[in-house]
Amino acid sequence: MDTCPKPTKLKHYLIIIGAVCLLSVTTVLPASGEIPRRIVSVVPAVTQILLAIGAGPQITGVSSFDDSQEVASLPKVGALLNPDIEKIFSLSPDLVVLYKNQIEEHTQLKRARIKTFLYHHGTLPDIPKTVRTIGKHIGKEFEAEQVAVGIETELRKLKEQTTGLAKPKTLLVFGREPNSIRNVYASGGVGFLHDILEVAGATNVFADIPREATRPSSETILAVAPEIIIELRSKHATENNINSDNNAWKTFSSLPAVKSEKIYVLTGNDLVVPGPNVAHVAKQIAELIHPEAF
Amino acid sequence: MKTPRVVFHLAAFAICVLAPFVGSTSINLYSAFNFEIPFSDNIDAQILFIARIPRVIAGALVGAALATSGVVLQALLRNPLATPFTLGVSAGGSLGAILVIVLGFSVSSPFVPTVALASFIGSLTAVSIVYYLARFRGNRLSTNVLLLAGVTLNSLFSATIMFVQYMADYTQSFYSIRWLMGNLDVSGYTPIISALPLLLVAFAVFCYLPRALNVLTLGADSASARGVNVLATQRLAFFSASLATGAAVAIGGPIGFIGIIIPHAVRMFVGADHRVVLPISASLGAAFLVICDIGARTILSPVELPVGVITAMFGGPFFLWILVRNQQN
Repeated sequence: MDTCPKPTKLKHYLIIIGAVCLLSVTTVLPASGEIPRRIVSVVPAVTQILLAIGAGPQITGVSSFDDSQEVASLPKVGALLNPDIEKIFSLSPDLVVLYKNQIEEHTQLKRARIKTFLYHHGTLPDIPKTVRTIGKHIGKEFEAEQVAVGIETELRKLKEQTTGLAKPKTLLVFGREPNSIRNVYASGGVGFLHDILEVAGATNVFADIPREATRPSSETILAVAPEIIIELRSKHATENNINSDNNAWKTFSSLPAVKSEKIYVLTGNDLVVPGPNVAHVAKQIAELIHPEAF
Repeated sequence: MKTPRVVFHLAAFAICVLAPFVGSTSINLYSAFNFEIPFSDNIDAQILFIARIPRVIAGALVGAALATSGVVLQALLRNPLATPFTLGVSAGGSLGAILVIVLGFSVSSPFVPTVALASFIGSLTAVSIVYYLARFRGNRLSTNVLLLAGVTLNSLFSATIMFVQYMADYTQSFYSIRWLMGNLDVSGYTPIISALPLLLVAFAVFCYLPRALNVLTLGADSASARGVNVLATQRLAFFSASLATGAAVAIGGPIGFIGIIIPHAVRMFVGADHRVVLPISASLGAAFLVICDIGARTILSPVELPVGVITAMFGGPFFLWILVRNQQN
């Protein structure tokens, strides 16, 4: 009995094996081609997304403002205003994440035939979209889908918890002069911070202003009369600073938020980063606005 | 027909008195002045007394300080292009403020706001360096050295500001750029009260200076021959103008244009006698900045325009119009 396969049968086996191999490669490879092995990210939000979808080992350089432990030892390559293009080149990246408006750096990298991912700062629903797009670019579609669905589910749950509750007028502050209510920077009616306020069951006092950030005068703050004031601070703020700083609001004693002592401070470096932690930030804010719902 | 001097002062006074009644929101004046309503419940009163009146006072003081400093420095340096910012005082003040903003220092003082304090320390540092460089020149200050040292220091501080901004994160960079555009929204009386003693000292010296400045503009030798103590006058002029500029920058940031256009506009109307130019510059400087600030808070309301942008955008063409009109006459 002849145990060896006939040449025609062998040809069929080879075709089947080849087809299986091809199929498995196309499901792993990103749409754009090869999987990037050396990623440099100038955008902290994207660095956080990369870490969340398990692409940490692929990151070889990060922005000067990335301070999470996982990337603490990696080379810093500048940021939006001061990217160090020479350093980026020296890391031999095969994918560089840039801001959309870093046109000059994009041109230089294109000339060097290095692939780029251009990040655009958007609204709250754009964050899971960005997670999925990045996943597709680096061959982590499954993990990205999980993270994106996680964010969407948490936000949906939050929205359901706050639906039907009163929507207090809220002022979301992310910068002001120390110990005084001067040069206040607050969320306008556009952008992910405004969207977070809506999801958390609040009415943004500056919802009518079609800008991400607005600098209201003291007159405007008094006139809009917020019932809740939430300040977002970096981790560097100490408790003493926060307490003495909060006393500054007492000058505006007619504000309902001052009268009812509903002035809250959240500290953390990722509070204003539109990354994978955004649902957690939204939840923290919702808990301050509607403690009764949690 | 010459406009009587008192008209300038009355017009400026009227503008400053009426300015608090104009704003981005409408307030009920009856309830603002109804003292039976507790202040903490009276939004109209809080808008008027906490937001608007301090802001108008700040604008008037800063405008008067910058305009009069411009007059004094143009006479001291005998240079029509001199401004309160020529000697590096403003750049020093700005650097101090921006370092505090970017590094996040905070002094828990109820009397002096941290940024204002840092700005004033920066101004003092600049003044000390310029004075140290210019002082050893016989029995008078070398105006050339003052001017050159001031311009150099200005560039040096400006470069340092750019470096600090470049190294800062986006929020801090944006925040510090915005500070450099000027802002009179002082949100209370603390910044005004803390700067007022310095301004009063400077204004008191300005009252004493006009005669000496009139002679000094003829040149140091001529002034000396007419019995003026040149060194003492130069010192007083330099320190008082720097004090006023430092205090003005600490209150409202570096607001440009006032220190150059107001003195020249006033001279076109009333001549070059400092006894007349100084007080009218104070009044018109105050009125001009208060008007510009009304524009800043109402033009794009509720979004606020930086007052420094208004002074430059409206002040520049206005000054050119005066210049052309004066030449035609």
